[in-house]
Amino acid sequence: MSLLEVKDLKVHFPVRQGLFSRVKGYVRAVDGVSFSIEPGETLGLVGESGCGKTTLGRAVIRLIEPTAGSVVLEGADLRKLRGEALRQKRRTFQMIFQDPVSSLNPRMTVGQIVGEALEIHNLAPDAAARRERVGELLKSVGLDPLHAQRYPHEFSGGQRQRIGIARALAVRPKLIVCDEPISALDVSVQAQIINLLGDLQQQEGVAYLFIAHDLAVVEHISRRVMVMYLGKVVEMGESRSLCRDPKHPYTKALISAVPVVDPKSKRQRMLLPGDVPSPINPPSGCPFHPRCPVAEARCKTEVPELREVTPGRWAACHLAQ
Amino acid sequence: MWTYLFQRLLHMIPILIGVSLLTFLLMSLTPGDYYSKLENNPQITKEKLTQLRAKAHLDRPWYVRYGYWMKDALRGDLGYSLEYKIPVSELIVMRLWNTFVLALAALLIAWLVALPLGIWAAVRKDSWVDRGCAMIAFLGLSIPEILLGLMALLFAYASGWFPVSGVESNRYIGVEDWDAARVLNRLHHLTLPALVLAASSLAGIMRQMRSNLLDTLRADYVTAARARGLSEGWVVGKHALRNAINPLLTIFGYSLAGLLSGAFIIENIFSWPGLGRLTLEALTSQDYRLVVATVVMATGLLMVGNFIADLLLAWSDPRIRLRE
Repeated sequence: MSLLEVKDLKVHFPVRQGLFSRVKGYVRAVDGVSFSIEPGETLGLVGESGCGKTTLGRAVIRLIEPTAGSVVLEGADLRKLRGEALRQKRRTFQMIFQDPVSSLNPRMTVGQIVGEALEIHNLAPDAAARRERVGELLKSVGLDPLHAQRYPHEFSGGQRQRIGIARALAVRPKLIVCDEPISALDVSVQAQIINLLGDLQQQEGVAYLFIAHDLAVVEHISRRVMVMYLGKVVEMGESRSLCRDPKHPYTKALISAVPVVDPKSKRQRMLLPGDVPSPINPPSGCPFHPRCPVAEARCKTEVPELREVTPGRWAACHLAQ
Repeated sequence: MWTYLFQRLLHMIPILIGVSLLTFLLMSLTPGDYYSKLENNPQITKEKLTQLRAKAHLDRPWYVRYGYWMKDALRGDLGYSLEYKIPVSELIVMRLWNTFVLALAALLIAWLVALPLGIWAAVRKDSWVDRGCAMIAFLGLSIPEILLGLMALLFAYASGWFPVSGVESNRYIGVEDWDAARVLNRLHHLTLPALVLAASSLAGIMRQMRSNLLDTLRADYVTAARARGLSEGWVVGKHALRNAINPLLTIFGYSLAGLLSGAFIIENIFSWPGLGRLTLEALTSQDYRLVVATVVMATGLLMVGNFIADLLLAWSDPRIRLRE
């Protein structure tokens, strides 16, 4: 059984205007996304800014209320949970944030930040046990247990991200949503954090929904990758094969944008014309057709379904084969 | 830490000297002096006037007068008021209590109402509560204090529910004894001026509280707290509110200064015998010693208020604490 089963998830934000705040339309930030994650697996999620990656990640763990669809974690439908029951359940899924500066409360010591959830969920019998567990967690992310006395502003960006990871691990979650956890870090530190996340996955058996806009990173860390465009999944599949042989024209464009280290490489760059259309009034038919180099007449009218093009590879394109 | 405190206190001295100098200079630039109004009085001779002016050092240039004043002030003597013929320090102490009571009442009302409203408005953003608070703030910020005071006066007169002036009824003049009825009478007199004074600062504090809290409620660490399954009350109280409080501590420090320097407009409208009214009277009659004393005191209080605000900040925020 899958750890997480997401079906037809939608997040629509109302756009209000005028004196009486009448609803003028909806931003379809996430528009019918389905996927599943196995225990201990990493699913990568890529797409350009504003395509709904973060919204999807937050809607899955109910930090944003989904409009429709279902999120089933270990057999329990998260969308049906309310109040205290939901707060209890939050132990099983956690989040790591992009910005290591704003994601740690500046008024709390590292010990308090990491230990707070232990206290709330009664995961440690007393203060001494809590201190010990906090020390253990700090050690597991490569920090000194003595750092528990310090405040976040005394640490570097990479160290802060480690604190954020320790905080998420404190409740022994089954799933962690990593919302671009490395985009705000130096390249050298990025590698350290990615390796740390990999090691922790091996030790704790935790699954990741790894959100990023860098395909190279995602290919490295995930078993499967999901590509989003304008609130919809356009392609999904095993990460290596998806990067070698993309089926959807949007994925092709994304991959051609990844810089190649070899200066002599003469590859074809595929540049997309125009900007991402507004998610308030998405284009008819295939949402990608205004920028697609191979669009046909039917792309303007028929919405392509996400279909299994080759075994294990799904793409939402009429022309994919 | 102690050297820092000592330095801060030392920094206040040159500012106080500068302010007193400036006050003397500005007073000397105004036409006439305290005795000008006696010049047309046929019962007072020219010689007598010259004598009086010499006694008050008004015949000398302003910097010499400042020297005389400074010499006495260093010994703790602020001189006699020309108008009231009693020591300035005594006069100030007499008025201080009234001013303090009024300002403290207004401060308490303003903060105790503004903070919960601001928090409520931020937590229920865009609800009818938020809109209602925005409306109150809009009115509070746009109606001038003087108009609000006059409206309150009109209300008191028309309804007859509240007294229109003074700190207590005339029957208590010269009475030394205190009983419950007298305290109630004082509170009754206090109500309207305190409310009007509170209304003017309430709006600002409320909006500040709301916008700060909204900022911190959007922060990632608040989302992270929610994600860990903390209750909403805990998230707002422990994570968001504590980080939203910094600018308010600064505002609070400023308002502490106002506690003892007096509210000029309100004290005048309600004939409240406080320091604000005293300062204004002293200015119009050019009672220079009284003016300098009240201005220097107000400056000192403002600096002490700022100082307290800084201490509060250091106490509440580890980032500031550790830097010093």
